[in-house]
Amino acid sequence: MAEYKEILFHSDKIKTDDYLINMGPQHPSTHGALRVVAKLEGEIVEAVDPIVGYIHSGIEKMCESLGYHQVIHLTDRMDYLSAHINNEAVCLCVENALQIEVPERVKYIRTIFDELTRIASHQLWWCATGLDLGAMTTFFYGLRDREPILDIFEETCGARMTFNYNVPGGLMFDIHPNFQKRVKDFIKYFRKKLPEYDTLLTGNVIFTERTKGLGVLSKEDAIAWGVTGPSGRASGFECDVRKLHPYSAYPYVKFEEKLATEGDTFWRYKLRIEEMWESMNIIEQLIDNIPEGDHAVKMKGVIKLPEGEFYQRVETSKGDFGVFIVSDGKKNPYRLKFRSPGFSNLFALNQMVKGVKIADLVAIMATLDLVIPDIDR
Amino acid sequence: MKAFFNYISEIFRGFYSLLQGMGVTGKYLFTPWKYITQNYPENRDTLKMFDRFRGEVIMPHNENNEHKCTGCGICEINCPNGTIEVITKTIVTEDGKKKRVLDKHIYHLGMCTLCNLCVRACPSDAIVMGQKFEHAVFDRKNLTKVLNKPGSKLEANVKE
Repeated sequence: MAEYKEILFHSDKIKTDDYLINMGPQHPSTHGALRVVAKLEGEIVEAVDPIVGYIHSGIEKMCESLGYHQVIHLTDRMDYLSAHINNEAVCLCVENALQIEVPERVKYIRTIFDELTRIASHQLWWCATGLDLGAMTTFFYGLRDREPILDIFEETCGARMTFNYNVPGGLMFDIHPNFQKRVKDFIKYFRKKLPEYDTLLTGNVIFTERTKGLGVLSKEDAIAWGVTGPSGRASGFECDVRKLHPYSAYPYVKFEEKLATEGDTFWRYKLRIEEMWESMNIIEQLIDNIPEGDHAVKMKGVIKLPEGEFYQRVETSKGDFGVFIVSDGKKNPYRLKFRSPGFSNLFALNQMVKGVKIADLVAIMATLDLVIPDIDR
Repeated sequence: MKAFFNYISEIFRGFYSLLQGMGVTGKYLFTPWKYITQNYPENRDTLKMFDRFRGEVIMPHNENNEHKCTGCGICEINCPNGTIEVITKTIVTEDGKKKRVLDKHIYHLGMCTLCNLCVRACPSDAIVMGQKFEHAVFDRKNLTKVLNKPGSKLEANVKE
């Protein structure tokens, strides 16, 4: 324990009778190798300190020795639940640097895939949240509805999770002939199934009693700690990159940025359910209007970016994802930095946990939607 | 008095919400034939994978044991992980010219992330993505494969 006291909570603030407990790195509800050290007063949490780095994979460093079309497949492995959106971020950054305008068809298809990815990610999050709070049923219901989306991905991209479907200048293949029909079928199916989610969990008295008013994050804290995505919007922080800096086909669609003011666990949950409805609206606006044209611009085999610094933001299912490329004019990036939403969201945890029970720490962490490779990239 | 009624009605509302949830699960309990979990695909003969499914890199050979790989090494350059090694050898053709041909196309499946960049870059479509999805083996060295079959030659109509 002596070692902990030196690194945690600034050793001068630690008293002899403080009780430190480790959650993780092998705890099932941390969804990966994340260690959270909690300082307890009886059963009440006084402070937490998340310790990351257990599965650090050095992706940013690896990128420095790879070409720009090879970098993309590594971003699949960071936030594997919004893999397609991560891919798109790198592609958009490279395209902006080279000042390439991609065809309209590419923009539409990318946006549809983004929203499908968002739905799939929120479904899996919904499964895991229920499981963390002790509801095994949700796990099977969520995965059942995620299966059609994965089939759509597999048919067009050839893979179920690590797609590598975006390439600088467009898409790797054109969409499969069945794509539009399958997506429409899925939307029709999921519009019937999503109310079941509300009946099962949102309206459930045990769930609402446990989550309402728990882990409140104020708007000021959300902005100060850079909490983005549904977690930030639940506190009233307008941070949707799709609205603020529209990219791909988002300027052409109408959708609503869902906001709440409460900032508690329940509203972080509720906003994700509402985002799924919005995503379906966006897909329905685009799916019939995909313009004809090429699926990619002809690019050189080796891409060289001009010297300079380039940044691109996108909205993943967790929040604001950024790619920062420093180029020195060679075929590899000089430095490539990812701004991952999970990292910022996790470190705001200390602002939410003051005075909650140790068991509720799991509930708060569940609604932050943590994906550990995204944090330890 | 009002607080008491609120307390009672909240209890009943709570029970109602639980019953609603159990209604959903009950519906699936009594109609399981509609929604059944998927089995592991044991039906290998009739199993149809999606056309674009990426399982492994393979090199198709025609009936005369000929492939299309010229040994140019573009796939090796495009691979992000060092999965592919192209080894070439120089032979003397019938009319006395020296010619560089493929000796071994080595593929380390254990390192492959199935990103499709090699297949996309190949100028002569010599390698494609196969549909096999069960790659578990007992020894790691079995994951290193030589894609061109022994004694295979370059197809006559492939441009170099």
